[in-house]
Order: sequence, then structure tokens, then C-alpha cells
Amino acid sequence: AVTRRLCILKGIYPHEPKHKKKVNKGSTAARTFYLLKDIKFLLHEPIVNKFREYKVFVRKLRKAYGKSEWSTVDRLKDNKPSYKLDHIVKERYPTFIDALRDLDDALSMCFLFSTFPRTGKCHVQTIQLCRRLAVEFLNYVIASRSLRKVFLSIKGIYYQAEVLGQPVTWITPYTFAHDHPTDVDYRVMATFTEFYTTLLGFVNFRLYHSLNLLYPPKIDVQADVELKPAEGKEYAMDSESYLEKLSALSASLARVVAPTHEDDVEMDEFPVEGETAEQMDARKKEQEALEKHKKLFEGLRFFLNREVPREPLAFIIRCFGGQVSWDKSLCIGATYDVSDPSITHQIVDRPRVEQQVVGRYYLQPQWVFDSVNAKLCLPMADYFPGVLLPPHLSPFVTEQEGDYIPPEKLKLLAMQRGENPDEESEEEDEEEEEEEDDNDKEEEEEEDESEKEEEMKLKKMEEQKTQSNKALPVKVTAGKLRLEDRQRVEQEQQSEEKRLAIMMMKKREKYLYKKIMFGKKRKVREANKLAAKRKAHDTAVKEEKKKSKKARRA
Amino acid sequence: PCPPLSPPPSAPLQDIRNTVGNIPMEWYQDFPHIGYDLEGKRIYKPIRNKDELDMFLEKMENPDYWRTVQDKMTGADIKLTDEQVDLVHRLQKGQFGDVHFNPYEPAVDFFTHEVMIHPVTNRPVDKRSFIPSLIEKEKVSKLVHAIKMGWIKPRKPKDDTPTYYDLWAHEDPNSILGRHKMHVPAPKMKLPGHEESYNPPPEYLLSEEEKLAWEQQEPAERKLNFVPQQYRCLRAVPAYSRFIHERFERCLDLYLCPRQRKMRVNVDPEDLIPKLPKPRDLQPFPTTQALVYRGHTSLVRCISISPSGQWLVSGSDDCTVRFWEVCTARCMKTLPVGGVVKSVAWNPNPTICLVAICVEQSVLLVNPCLGDKLLYGATDQLLESYVAPEEERVQPVQWVTATMEEHGKGVRLVVQHSKAVKQVTWHGKGDYFASVVSDNSNMQVLIHQTSKRWSQNPFRKSKGLVQCVLFHPIRPYFFVATQRYVRVYNLLKQELTKKLMTNCKWVSSMAIHPGGDNVICGSYDSKLAWFDLDLSTRPYQLLRHHKKALRGVAFHKHYPLFASGSDDGTVIVCHGMVYNDLLQNPLLVPVKVLKGHVLTLDLGILDVLFHPTQPWVFSSGADGTVRLYT
Repeated sequence: AVTRRLCILKGIYPHEPKHKKKVNKGSTAARTFYLLKDIKFLLHEPIVNKFREYKVFVRKLRKAYGKSEWSTVDRLKDNKPSYKLDHIVKERYPTFIDALRDLDDALSMCFLFSTFPRTGKCHVQTIQLCRRLAVEFLNYVIASRSLRKVFLSIKGIYYQAEVLGQPVTWITPYTFAHDHPTDVDYRVMATFTEFYTTLLGFVNFRLYHSLNLLYPPKIDVQADVELKPAEGKEYAMDSESYLEKLSALSASLARVVAPTHEDDVEMDEFPVEGETAEQMDARKKEQEALEKHKKLFEGLRFFLNREVPREPLAFIIRCFGGQVSWDKSLCIGATYDVSDPSITHQIVDRPRVEQQVVGRYYLQPQWVFDSVNAKLCLPMADYFPGVLLPPHLSPFVTEQEGDYIPPEKLKLLAMQRGENPDEESEEEDEEEEEEEDDNDKEEEEEEDESEKEEEMKLKKMEEQKTQSNKALPVKVTAGKLRLEDRQRVEQEQQSEEKRLAIMMMKKREKYLYKKIMFGKKRKVREANKLAAKRKAHDTAVKEEKKKSKKARRA
Repeated sequence: PCPPLSPPPSAPLQDIRNTVGNIPMEWYQDFPHIGYDLEGKRIYKPIRNKDELDMFLEKMENPDYWRTVQDKMTGADIKLTDEQVDLVHRLQKGQFGDVHFNPYEPAVDFFTHEVMIHPVTNRPVDKRSFIPSLIEKEKVSKLVHAIKMGWIKPRKPKDDTPTYYDLWAHEDPNSILGRHKMHVPAPKMKLPGHEESYNPPPEYLLSEEEKLAWEQQEPAERKLNFVPQQYRCLRAVPAYSRFIHERFERCLDLYLCPRQRKMRVNVDPEDLIPKLPKPRDLQPFPTTQALVYRGHTSLVRCISISPSGQWLVSGSDDCTVRFWEVCTARCMKTLPVGGVVKSVAWNPNPTICLVAICVEQSVLLVNPCLGDKLLYGATDQLLESYVAPEEERVQPVQWVTATMEEHGKGVRLVVQHSKAVKQVTWHGKGDYFASVVSDNSNMQVLIHQTSKRWSQNPFRKSKGLVQCVLFHPIRPYFFVATQRYVRVYNLLKQELTKKLMTNCKWVSSMAIHPGGDNVICGSYDSKLAWFDLDLSTRPYQLLRHHKKALRGVAFHKHYPLFASGSDDGTVIVCHGMVYNDLLQNPLLVPVKVLKGHVLTLDLGILDVLFHPTQPWVFSSGADGTVRLYT
């Protein structure tokens, strides 16, 4: 168990030996092999001694308990040996960028642990620490406005932020109680979490300092003052309410240096050698788009209904510059009330809204997510309460050529390009799709066709010959002008050449080639299958619509 | 604590108390006795021969059955008395065994609690009981001193919260160890696709069959580890039940999975295709089917062409040999031979018009009487000019002159073998020919001389089943193909010159390049081996062009072409350029796949043959046709 913990903490992983049979003394049974060097490296770790001390401590404590020497127990507990993982973090990640690259798992784990109940499974301190670190990180993302993509999956909510140029992705579960599985070893997870919390703490510290924010974070005094009257009365102890206020994500954070200018100084341009003007322009454009994306919800005031998941939505809206509030009884940190006339959007997840207030949009939460992914505020008609929502697409998929692209994505892409999404475009899309399908089919059939045609030609020639041989006194029929499709012929010739060349390939290369081609074909097949499914679905929906119309008329 | 059961009242009469003591009675399990009585005699176990039924009957009938127990010490059945039964009941209830014992008697203190006027002992009080302890004082003073000196400090409240600082304040490049260069960072988790969305496009949802298939797959084999689902609104989305599992699996992957840098083959498949000269530049070669020679009713096993290229002979399983004119596809002559024709060979000498035909056990030498009358007349004369030698020599075969009737059909000579003949092939000069007999002895290959009507057996020993034989076109070499090897014999020196390893399982056919330095071998395991005799005895190249067994291979006399016919019904024509320069390897390029034959009985093409002068190729197939491709 100690070795396992050490391996986890130090990031030692097994290796696949080059010659498995030789290493395994002739047997081919599955075993894990570590490098001898790695194990020796583990032995040099000072933390090994701490583990030993802890073992001794446990032994002493047990003995004292057994003898009922309570004063000894107290003394021992006071001097409980503890260890720090700072040096391991530094050793594993010699540079800050390395640490950022490995942050995905750490964040996901911390977010998971912060949702655990305070009983059982692991120490309360761990859970609290995880919660604190997670909230701190969220606050950093808000402050730096670095969130890029969000995705509502059936597993949880994915977020992707760009921290110092590194994409950091994490997943948070939906806020429900976990039914703890029995076949999971929580000790392994706890060991990982131990390391991850240390790592995340240091990363947070560094990140906060990079933004000139105080760490541990303090809520901005101004905002604090604003908050106070909203609270009304004593809510909880100061120490507790601090974290809760922080986790409400509604207040901005205090800075070490008072913020002088909101707007950043214009970036100086340094023309890099070997970069053409086009590239420069493209970069500039990208930069502008990014800035625009960051200010997506600027000036909008949101109100979250109580059935809406508060934390993710508040986080996202604040990340893009929007103002957000919620019912006072739902959570601390609400800044304005439902009745506030300045509210522009109210997020609702109910089929119907009673008592609609004029002057604000009532929207389903998916609008926020889709807008963020589309980098523009989408038309709201599709997202009114009770309306059948358009599909929620994953922002992490970048379609390459030949992949299947769902029509919604095509529409979205068109919208991003600035075309107005009319029905025409829809039809076009469909047509395009059909064309694509046809092309695919053609490609598939081409080979067969070419062969068939050849045969046909031969047959024709034969027939002609036999006819000419057999029946001499037959009248001459007018010959049909054969349209020689030059391109076609050329293509055929090329394909035949290719086939002949493939015959001459070496065995190994032929195998590889066949494998690659198989993979490509499978991809095409899958794409076709999806397209066909979509088509079938669309026609079914259309027919249903027609039927309902008829029914209405009748 | 249970008192030993007293023996029943009848015991005093015959006291059978066991003397073995307190031992596990299983020790006596296998003995007929159970111990020893007071006199040292064995106590025998009572005979127990009651079966289940008896036991049951006793249980039902004996009213005292419930109070009968077996004495372990003696093995006897004892009926418990009423007192004993009472005792058992009491013990079961947790009461004392003795009826008369009262557990609730009033307690009597050992020392009375009342204070007496006199002490219990008369000992005077110690002095130390009323003066302060010196030792304690010393200890306290020590502690006080330690506190004064600041050695002991009050306990500080411990702060558990970890402290963080700028760990990467000084990033020195020296701290990057060698390990970091070797380190393989764990691959990130795969990012979710559209199908994982809570509201995916409808095409990503699984249909019923797909769902069923998903359920039947092993969890490790599934492409998705979840079933895509659609929820109407965010409020309806439940918690994902395998969330913790997935995180845990990720943890396991991180610390238990061997990591390895795998080089992905990232090649454009087009680059893999070898750059060959274009077939267009290698013309001429046959490209289209020009003529079909119909007439045979069964599979056409063999074809041969006259040296002038005007006549074609084909032998078939319908027991006929047909002579065709090449240009018109007209059957000039049909010769019924009364047996399956295994092989035909036209004499390569243009001055002789003679065809050797293998029919069962004999080789017929036929004058087809086609073409120039002078020519075939001369051939007849040549054959008739034979003068029998004075002394008869012992021959392995019999040379018989054809009867008049046969003569009318064109048969001139019959060489009768002892066994069935498989193949016949002519020497380039046209006087000698060799025949292969399907036999296992050394008589498999025979060489015949037509002008002297004389045969000889060149081999003393059999080296395996001979598949086919060939004469070298220029030099006095003789090629014998057995199942796996091709042996090259020098006929002049009468020795083995070379043994070619074909790397095939079973050689079917063989052809030799007109230059004489290259040999191709077709085999039933669909390979074609090209040998360069000067280079090595192993194939220069093994071509796996066909999908099924090869049955015929052929070289062209003048053009750098060779063809192979196979059971998959295709003839593949290849360009096989042999350079005079010895340093340059032959160039082999497939130029055309010719199709046309219909597969019958799983057989496709049985023989291929090139026209002697034109770049045309003939193929005979199992569908009873011969086809010409030009």
C-alpha cells in the first residue's frame, strides 16, 4: 500500500518491457513491470521516512488505547506526524506550464470530492479543502474571463478554460447525492486527491498573483458593502460565510493593486519575422473575436429561477461579463430581486411561466450554454420556456473533411460566418447533404461500374463480331454515335493502373495499405449511416407534421 | 459445569464405568470397543443395527424417546430421570443448576460500612502521610525551572490548513531532471462528442437493435461507455450513476497503465503504392478479348500453337483435339482420340508439321495436314524414311506405327508408355521430345527421339513427383519441376547443375524466358515465382497477383511479356523486361488483367499461351472455350 501511494504521489507508472517473455521468465501472463530505476528513485524520497514515522505513530497510538493511557493518547495525537507534498509537486512539475498541462484530472477530482457528503468515505477536511480550492479556481476563471467552452453532457457539465494559453478541461457532476459504488477503492482516490489539492493550491496561488489578486481571495470591499444590506441579518459565522459568499460567485475579488483602468492597454504589435501580413491579420482578427467572446453577456442582467442549477449558470454568466442574481432564499449573495425592472433575461426551466413581467426574456438554460459555444447571442425564439429545444451540440468536436456534420452545426457555422439563417439556407443544407450522399455512393460504385462497363464493351464487341460473322446479308443498321466520355475513360485507366500497382506492393505495405483503406471506408460508412438516420428521422417528423395539420383541418 | 450424569439405578449391579478419562471419544471411533472398565476389560460398543426406519418407528412409538440420550463414554442409551430433565431445563433457562441455591441473598460486607470507634489495625500513621512529598516537589521544581527557562512551551493550537506560496518563483532550468525528458505525460481524457449531449441530434440516439447490440457487447469492447439519451429539458437530467466509477478508472489508468510512446504510422496511403512505369508506355500487350474459339464441350486442358502462328491446337476433356485457324476462330479439324487429352505440343521446328498429343498411356504424333502441302508432305516423308536398326534395343516404351485408319486421321506414330502420360514437350530443334508419366518410380521422365524412334530414361532415381519438364531453348539444359523444387540438369555432362527452391507448396506449371536465363513457376498456392538463374536459386520475386491457384504460365517469344492464368478466371499479363546488362535486375510490371472466362466447377483458366509473333495471348478455360486477347 505504501508503494502504491508513493507511485501515485510521485507519478511513477509501469512500463511495457521490450521483450515481455524474456522479462517474465518465459511466461506470457499479464504482469505490471516497473523500471528498476523508478523504484530506486522512489526509495530516495524523503517522504518514505515520514510514512514510517506515521506507521510507528499508529502503533504507539494503538498501544496507548489498549492500555487506556488517555494522556499518552492526547500527547501522541498532538504530535501526529504530518508531511507535505510541496517538493513532490515542484519535482514533478518543474515549470508552471507543466503543472497547468496536467490540471485536468486535478480539477475534475477536486470538483467530484467537493460534492461528497461530509460523512463516511473520506475526511471532512479533504472535502472542505477541495471545495475551497475549486471555488477559488472558479473565481479565478471569472476574474480572468478565460472560460471558452461549456457542454451539458449526460455525465456532467464539461468546462474548458484557456489558462495562460493552455486549454484546461474539467467535468463537474450534476448536483445530486452520489450513491457510492462498492467496487471503488476510495483510498486510491484519496491519495490522488491529496496530491491534487496540493498541486491545485499552488497553481491557484500563482494564478491569483498573475492577476494581482489577493490570495487567499478576499471579496472586494465595495461589493462586500453592497452585499451586506442584501443579507439583512446575521446569516452564519464569519468564517463559514466567507467560503459561502465566495462560492456564490457573485462578487468580484479584491486586488492587491487597485484596478486603475478596466480597458487593457492596446497590445503593441511586434511583427514576427517570416510572418506575412495575412497571418498578422488573421491573428488580429482572432484576437478581436476573442475579446468579443469575452464580453458576450456584458450589460445583460440575468435572474435565475430556483429550479435552475445556480452555480454553473452563475459561473458561466459571470465569466462572460453578465450580471446575475437569484432568489434571496436560495443562496447567499443575491444582488437584486425578481421584481427588479432592469433584468433583461430570466432563466427558467419550467414548461410555463405564470406572471410574466414585460421587458425581459424568459429563456431555458440551454440558451446560455449554446450562446457561449457559438460565441454569439443566439436567437431566443428557439429557447422560450416550453418550446422543444434544438439539439445541444458538443463544442469539442471539430469536424474534419469527410466526417459527418449534423445540420444544426452547419446552420451554426453559417450563422457565425454572418449569413442570416433563413429557411433557404436550411433547404440548401439539406440539398448539400443529399449531394454529399450521392457523391459517396458514386465513389463506392465507381469501381464496380468500371468493371461492368468493360465487360459490357467486350460483350458488345463480341456480339458485333458474331453478327458480322454469322449473317453476312444482314442490312447495316445505322451505327450509334458512342459518346466517349474522355474523363470517364481516363479515370478508369487511372484506377486500373492503381489496381495493378497495388498488386505489385510488398506484402507488408499491402497489409498497411489495406488497413488504412479499411479505416477510411469505415469512417465513410459511419458518416453515411448517421446521415441516413437523420434523413429518416426528418422525413418521419415531416410526415407527422403533415398528419397533424390534416387532423387540425379536419 | 454440568455435573456428570449419574449412572442409572441398575448401574451398581454391573458397574460399567469407562476408565479412559477425559479424552476425545473419536479416538475409539474405529475400534469395536469404547474403553476399559474398572477391571481393565474392554467395554464393547452396543450393537446398533437400527436403520432409519427403525429409528423413526422408535421415535414415534417410544414415549421416552425424547429423554433418551447416548452416553458418550459407554455408548449405551440412557433414559434421563425426571430430576435430570429438570436440571437440563433449568440450565437451558440460564438458572442455577441447584434448585436450592438462592442467588439473591442479601449482601454481607466484608468490612462493615459503619464507622467503628476502634481502628481495624493498630498501626500508627506514617510521617510521610502528613508532610508534602519531596519527590513531587523536586519534579514540580524541575518543571517550574523548565518553564522559566523557556524549555517547555504551552501547546500551540495546530493549524491544519495548508499554506501555499509561489512554488514556481524560481524556475531554474537545472531542476529539469533527466526523468522529465523520459517522462511520458498521461494522455488527456477524450473530449465528449455530440452523442454525449443531454439533448443530442436525433441521429446519435441508438435505435432498438443498436441498443440491444450495445447491451450484448462486453463492457470493454463497447465503443461508447454509455447509451446516448435525450432529455427534454435540463431539469430532467439525472445524475450519472457511473461518474465515480469513471473517475476511479481514470485514477487506475494514471498509476497502473504502462505508458509507451507509440509511433503512429502516419503515411499517405497513396505514397505506399509503388511508382511503376505506366502500362501505356510498355505497349504492346494484349488488352481486349478479340476472339472466342467455341466448339469443345468440356474443359480445354491444353493448347499449343504452330510455330508460324497460324494454327492452334487444343486438347479437351471431351476426348477430342481440335485444330483452329487463329485469325478466323474456325475449327479446321476435329480429331477424336478416345481419351482425355492431357497435353498437346506443336513441334517448334517450322519445317516440321507435327503435334504431340498425350492421350492416356500413349503419346500420339499427329500430322495435322494443315498449311503448306509441301511442308506436311515433307514431314510425312521424314517419318517414313525411318529405317529400323539391325539390333533391337530395349526401350522403356513401344513405338508403333499408326494403322491405316489412324493414318487417315493424321496419326503417324504412337508411343505407348506403361502408365498414363501427363505432359509432353518438344525440344527447340524439334527432334527430341520429353514426356512425363504419372508414376512414382524413376521412369517418370522419358526423352524420345523422333527420327530414330528411340527413347531413353535419363534418371536413375526418382526425386519426387514430377510436375512438368522443359527443355532449355538454347543450351543443353533440362528443367524438371517436382512439387517444391525445380532441378536443372545438364544433358551433355549428365549432371545436376542447379536446384531452384520455389518457396511454393506445389508447383503447377513452368515457363522459360526465350533468353534462357529466367524461369517462372506458377503454383497451386496462387504464387508466381520469377527466378533469375544467374542470380540465385531462390526466386527473385514472388508475385501474389492471383487470388486462386495458378494453372498456366507462359512467356512471349519476342516481346518482354509473360502471362499467368488462374482459377479465378483471370489472365494477368505482366511486362517482364530482362536486360542484357547483368547488373540490372529484371523489371516486372503487371500491365493488364484480362477477364472473360466463366468459372465452371471452380476452375477458371487451365492454360495460357502467347502467339509466337504477335503480342496476343490465348487462354483455355474450364468453360470449354479458348479465348484470344489482342
